[in-house]
Amino acid sequence: MVITQISAFIENKPGRLAEVIGFLAQEDINIHALSIADTTDFGILRLIVSNPQKTWEILKERGLTVKLTDVIAVALEHRPGSLARVLGELESKDISIEYMYAFTSRSSSHDAMVIFRLDRQQEALEKIKGCSIELISSEILSELG
Amino acid sequence: MESYWNPYIETLSRDELTILQNKRLRSTLDKVYSRVPFYRGKMQEKGLLPGDVKTVEDLKLLPFITKQDMRDTYPYGLLAEPLETISRIHASSGTTGKQTVVGYTKRDLDLWSECMARCLVMAGASKNDIVQVCYGYGLFTGGLGAHGGAELLGAAVIPASTGNTRRQITMMKDFGSTVLCCTPSYALYLGDSLKDFGLTKDDITLKIGIFGAEPWSRNMRKEIEERLGIEAFDIYGLSEIMGPSVSQDCKCHQGLHVWEDSFIPEIVDMETLEPVPDGVAGELVITTIDKEGLPLIRFRTRDIGSITHEKCACGRVHARMSKLSGRSDDMLIIRGVNVFPSQIESVLLESGETSPHYQIIVDRVNNLDTMTVEIEVSESLFSDFVKGLEDLESRLRAQIESVLGISCKVRLVEPKSITRSEGKAKRVIDKRII
Repeated sequence: MVITQISAFIENKPGRLAEVIGFLAQEDINIHALSIADTTDFGILRLIVSNPQKTWEILKERGLTVKLTDVIAVALEHRPGSLARVLGELESKDISIEYMYAFTSRSSSHDAMVIFRLDRQQEALEKIKGCSIELISSEILSELG
Repeated sequence: MESYWNPYIETLSRDELTILQNKRLRSTLDKVYSRVPFYRGKMQEKGLLPGDVKTVEDLKLLPFITKQDMRDTYPYGLLAEPLETISRIHASSGTTGKQTVVGYTKRDLDLWSECMARCLVMAGASKNDIVQVCYGYGLFTGGLGAHGGAELLGAAVIPASTGNTRRQITMMKDFGSTVLCCTPSYALYLGDSLKDFGLTKDDITLKIGIFGAEPWSRNMRKEIEERLGIEAFDIYGLSEIMGPSVSQDCKCHQGLHVWEDSFIPEIVDMETLEPVPDGVAGELVITTIDKEGLPLIRFRTRDIGSITHEKCACGRVHARMSKLSGRSDDMLIIRGVNVFPSQIESVLLESGETSPHYQIIVDRVNNLDTMTVEIEVSESLFSDFVKGLEDLESRLRAQIESVLGISCKVRLVEPKSITRSEGKAKRVIDKRII
């Protein structure tokens, strides 16, 4: 069960992130999660949004280089030890993480969520089937608004 | 008292020089017509026989030859001598992957050294000098060209080649170098670096600098002369014709004497390609009349300047070129190396990019040229991983460096961030002030 993430190439220059996020605001796109991987000259903006397809189109139209990437979203309880447990399970299955970002929220039954991009993701998904890791589907995500 | 390496040739009268040029031009044309299919074909197209060109005045009847023609006949199609008699091969990069190849016979190498020795003596050097050559040695003609002339002169040559500024300055000081041959920007850099090693110009014994392979201004000359405590001379050459020593200025510094007993210079209008009178700027065209291996008839150098045939106060009758004011194509000279934007395009095409958008930014930082290539990241290049993009940067950098032979920086930028005018991207931004 994967969800769709938006990845966009962004140059490191003042005001650029504000501008790009502004494009989404104008079009009423809600952002569930966001992370930026940065280097000296550029960054990769990664977004989990209410409507990935539409977001992709909006950013394409504005001339950005955008990609849709499959990632997984894991639901967690917002309390000490829960992330450590999930990471421990991944480790025990020999699964490497390419990148991840986490956030908390008050509005859902599960009050914390971690987005993972796993090494050899298809294979990794098979491996975690037997673990007690709760994946969030895109349907549930869209209920978040 | 002016010194000459070859007093007879250097101070011939214009009439005597013309007689010599006519004779050598005719024999060069006879030779290329009978031996080089390219020239025979080109002349036949115009209905010309070698006998139709009797004097330098008739040169204008002949077709031009370009760098492209040299690539089309790659590698040996233009040689007028069998390979067995070729002693050395030099090559320079072209706009595409193919190099332009120049073969020299033993006699050509001797001629080259002769011209270089004339340049050295014209600058005031003698056999008692110690000549430090900091041009690159290799396929590039700078190093070996300057070296040959200094050896013929009987001076002591230090074949220092490029790079390692600390060692260059140590040698300059400890070995007592009196003549420096390098690019003007490197000369300026050396001058700047002296103080980093706790030295001043009084700690070194340089008197003369012979600088070329890239354009420089009068101000830069003054600057170099002050920092190194020397008299600076401007030497011109191009690998297709010979390498350094096609021309150089004398102590009058009123233009660069072209060794007309070997090279006939013409200036042609950039649009009509018709010869223009003395003093009028246009493209420099050179005909070699004393070379065996690769004679070139009316080679379009793409360098822009003017010429005068007035006799110089130094006593030399050989025509003088003005300082060059630019190029009639998009070639850049970066740290003495010829760079065509299309070379970068070819690297991007090879890495799977179908319509690459890039921009070359050339700057001069601490007197050294820097080159940054900005490349727009398209979907086919884009990776969601930082490592993927960093690998892309370093892969492109390595490929560009291997094609151009000089170091550069690659910077990935967003699509459409490179300025376009009327839909066409501006390929080069040259920020150097020279």
